[in-house]
Amino acid sequence: MTQTETPPTPAPVKAPSRLSRAWHSDLAWSFRRAPVAMISAFVVIVLVLSAVLAPLIAPHDPFNPATLNLMNGFTPPGEANAFTGDFFFLGTDDQGRDVFSTILYGMRISLFVGFAAVMLAMVLGVILGLLAGYLGGWTETIIMRVADVQLTFPAILVAMLIFGIAKGITPPEYRDQMAIWVLILAIGLSDWVQFARVVRGATLVEKSREYVQAAKLIGRSPLSIMLRHILPNVLNPVLVIATISLALAIIAEATLSFLGVGAPPTKPSLGTLIRIGQEFMFSGEWWILFFPAVTLLALALSINLLGDWLRDALNPKLR
Amino acid sequence: MSNPVLSVRDLVVEIPTRNGILRPVDNVSYDIAAGEILGVVGESGAGKSMTGNAVIGLLDPPARIASGEVLLDGKPIQGLKGEALRRLRGKKMGMIFQDPLTSLNPLLTVGEQLEETILEHLPISAAEARKRAVEALEEVGIPAAAQRIGSYPHEFSGGMRQRVVIALALCAEPDLVIADEPTTALDVSVQAQIVALLKRLCRERGVAVMLVTHDMGVIAEAADRVAVMYAGRLAELGPVRDVLTNARHPYTAGLMGSTPLASQGQRRLRQIPGAMPRLGALPQGCAFHPRCDRAEDRCRAEPGPTISACDGRAACWFPLGYPQEATG
Amino acid sequence: MSALIKVKGLTRIFDVSKPWLNRVIERLPKALLTAVSDVSFEVEENSVYALVGESGSGKSTIGKIVVGLVPPSQGSVMINDVDLATETDAAKVEAVRADIQMIFQDPYASLNPRWRVREIIAEPVAAKGGNTTGLAERLLEQVGLSAADAVKYPHEFSGGQRQRICIARALASEPKVIVCDEPTSALDVSVQAQVLNLMSDLREEFGLTYLFISHDLTVVQHMADRIGVLYLGRLVEEAPRDILFEDPKHPYTRMLFDAAPRMDGFGREVDPPKGEIPDAINPPKGCAFHPRCPIAVERCSRERPEMRDVRGARVACHLAE
Ligand SMILES: Nc1ncnc2c1ncn2[C@@H]1O[C@H](COP(=O)(O)OP(=O)(O)OP(=O)(O)O)[C@@H](O)[C@H]1O
Ligand SMILES: Nc1ncnc2c1ncn2[C@@H]1O[C@H](COP(=O)(O)OP(=O)(O)OP(=O)(O)O)[C@@H](O)[C@H]1O
Ligand code: SF4
Ligand SMILES: [Mg+2]
Ligand SMILES: [Mg+2]
Repeated sequence: MTQTETPPTPAPVKAPSRLSRAWHSDLAWSFRRAPVAMISAFVVIVLVLSAVLAPLIAPHDPFNPATLNLMNGFTPPGEANAFTGDFFFLGTDDQGRDVFSTILYGMRISLFVGFAAVMLAMVLGVILGLLAGYLGGWTETIIMRVADVQLTFPAILVAMLIFGIAKGITPPEYRDQMAIWVLILAIGLSDWVQFARVVRGATLVEKSREYVQAAKLIGRSPLSIMLRHILPNVLNPVLVIATISLALAIIAEATLSFLGVGAPPTKPSLGTLIRIGQEFMFSGEWWILFFPAVTLLALALSINLLGDWLRDALNPKLR
Repeated sequence: MSNPVLSVRDLVVEIPTRNGILRPVDNVSYDIAAGEILGVVGESGAGKSMTGNAVIGLLDPPARIASGEVLLDGKPIQGLKGEALRRLRGKKMGMIFQDPLTSLNPLLTVGEQLEETILEHLPISAAEARKRAVEALEEVGIPAAAQRIGSYPHEFSGGMRQRVVIALALCAEPDLVIADEPTTALDVSVQAQIVALLKRLCRERGVAVMLVTHDMGVIAEAADRVAVMYAGRLAELGPVRDVLTNARHPYTAGLMGSTPLASQGQRRLRQIPGAMPRLGALPQGCAFHPRCDRAEDRCRAEPGPTISACDGRAACWFPLGYPQEATG
Repeated sequence: MSALIKVKGLTRIFDVSKPWLNRVIERLPKALLTAVSDVSFEVEENSVYALVGESGSGKSTIGKIVVGLVPPSQGSVMINDVDLATETDAAKVEAVRADIQMIFQDPYASLNPRWRVREIIAEPVAAKGGNTTGLAERLLEQVGLSAADAVKYPHEFSGGQRQRICIARALASEPKVIVCDEPTSALDVSVQAQVLNLMSDLREEFGLTYLFISHDLTVVQHMADRIGVLYLGRLVEEAPRDILFEDPKHPYTRMLFDAAPRMDGFGREVDPPKGEIPDAINPPKGCAFHPRCPIAVERCSRERPEMRDVRGARVACHLAE
């Protein structure tokens, strides 16, 4: 082919900005028309922000023993303490820690563990799913059989097992420090399977499409095809699962902490707070349990609702 | 022509979307008489399936009939819902789709499906229904019908499945059959078999058939009259030989001219410039004017021409009035 | 003129057995599907060679073997006297790969929906580390689109426009051969004419060679210089276009011609062909066409007919003369 006498090269054209494309996208449009999604998003944003900014917002630092006054213990919400006259918006727990502040700090830990665990599960699941779907053969057989076996156990059991093993091999003096990381590892490893399954399925579909054949023909390496061509096209379902998994991971963390195998009382997560709170439930100090539980519920529910909306919005058939 | 079996009057189908209301079917009117095959052709997205689905009451929401009438044997049916529509659909109207697998239940044998349909619509005994089912399969040319009646759809080949679908559409002896691209998924040799079968059944039973396809050859060989659709509107409607050899609408002429057969021996094919506009971006006036070499100001300014407002055959202000050079 | 593509004794067998465990439990034998069997033909430089046949006849498989997407089970494909499957000189393989491109049937599946048109078109060059400045814009104009389309995404285009983008991508590496797998069968007639015209123009402009796969006889008649007719993975007839269309010699070719709907066949009552294409896993013995052949004799069910020269064509039929 001779291209010596080609016409003058036309000037490259500017693409519309990402922001404007995002605002005009179908997703943004469907979001603006879904009140449930908007409320959920609002709740999630408020909760996440207040967790992130906890050191700025929280009236007390519940983990600084110097600021604690045992006399403030069991102050009911909305009343001044009978001895000290201090006022606590959501009351205090047995050690006089401000419940509102412990919730903010607890949510930080819950959210951090949730996000990190989902990240771990997602990265692991997406990589394994891509490999299984694209390479097939033995790679696929091994990955998917492991996934099948893991699926036959409830995720929480798997997480407890991993937690137990990991705890067993960490030296005791590091246990409290490492507890958070071990939690993340346990929840993340118990959750990669659904990512892998969905990604494998989507990869099988994309692999047979002709743009992948065209990329092979061009001489792209399998790695490049997986990352540059297939991955962007299988991300939609991954996003949906990631959202719903986040809610599940937060609950899983709470469950583990509630069972006493999660975040230590020195660094309480929402689950730990609930465990502490239920000790006092029947003695009339209901607020110690109630407010952390409601926060957990609101957080998990609104993330879940967001995930549901996302699934519908990304499904072209339902649009 | 006797009273038409199907009369469609000024049918408008609308789909509300985020960018406004789309009209995939706009002001479509036609009749089909008993024993007649009306071919419906047009490019992908022209609204052929949408028209068929509107007639048979199978529009997927949010699409809906916005105005117009659908008369079956003179009675309006466009408002019917639920049970009444379902009974009518099996009894008076049959449907044949492009993909035979989607219209058969994979969990029932073809015999069970045929008997079920027959019993639902005809007042006969179960034994009688079974006999009818075998006859129906024989009629569509399935060898050893009595044995095959216990088979499941996946045990048939593509062509055989389409025959089963045809048997299913015809077993309750409907007056109208809508066949939406019944041969597009099939091979040429099987397509010839299915077209021949449809023609024979239509003739023998006096069924009115609406045959949707984009294959001009199939239309020429099977249809009595042809409706050419463009961007949701009827461009031309008339006897098949007249329309195909003597197109009046510039779009029909362009369509005929751009087939490789018509330009035989030339290095380049004649082509219509551009592509059919998207529904959301229909031009003012005649929807075809940006691609039309006869377009004048009137085409751009006035509301789109309709067949009845023009010469009764083509929806064009300036139809081709004289015989075109032979189209092949 | 020498042949640019030489296909010799090409055979491709697919293993379509159930998974090993199911096979053992259900005591099934291995199922082997012969998609292409002993196919030989040559394509001259700057000509159009068409493969026709009904679905499952092996057209796409041959196309994929020729471009190197699928390895052959037996036989060889030589492009410029280089066999992609066995050549060890990496530079030669690279050169031949750049010389041969493919256009696919489904314009909706053959462009990555997440990529901008510019990236899609420039990929063949970018993959080799070439200079892509202005490349996509120039190619877009060459295939009749506008340079401004480079920043759009595939979903903003109609089927015909997408096929033009596919053609632009195929042209990017300046190939000599383009394998076109039913490039217009997903398009409407009026758009098909545009795409076919574009392909003819480009062929003249760049001296391209096409291996053109289609099931549409009218398109093949318009485009091809030489035609091979496939049935169940075998070539049954092969001839220059005019000889094939004026004087089809194989009963299957004749059946195809008769069955194809004709635009001037008003009310034509065809005697439709018998039967359907048999299962490719257990093809009939002897001549694979014999169960449907109107003129078959006893010998046809026993002995496979070899390709032989009959009046300017190559035909695999005992009775052709
Ligand atoms: N839910 C929807 N929302 C928006 N547009 C739609 C929807 N469903 C269908 N359409 C549009 O309606 C138009 C008519 O479609 P229809 O299926 O009737 O076309 P057709 O003539 O049957 O085409 P084909 O030959 O591809 O089957 C198309 O332009 C299509 O894009
Ligand atoms: N990867 C594969 N694995 C198993 N069987 C295959 C594979 N690819 C093709 N086949 C089989 O090989 C045969 C030939 O297929 P091929 O796609 O080449 O046919 P074709 O002539 O292109 O048909 P169509 O007109 O439907 O595209 C078919 O029976 C098909 O099922
Ligand atoms: S070899 Fe026999 S069966 Fe095959 S095509 Fe020729 S006559 Fe027909
Ligand atoms: Mg349709
Ligand atoms: Mg193919």
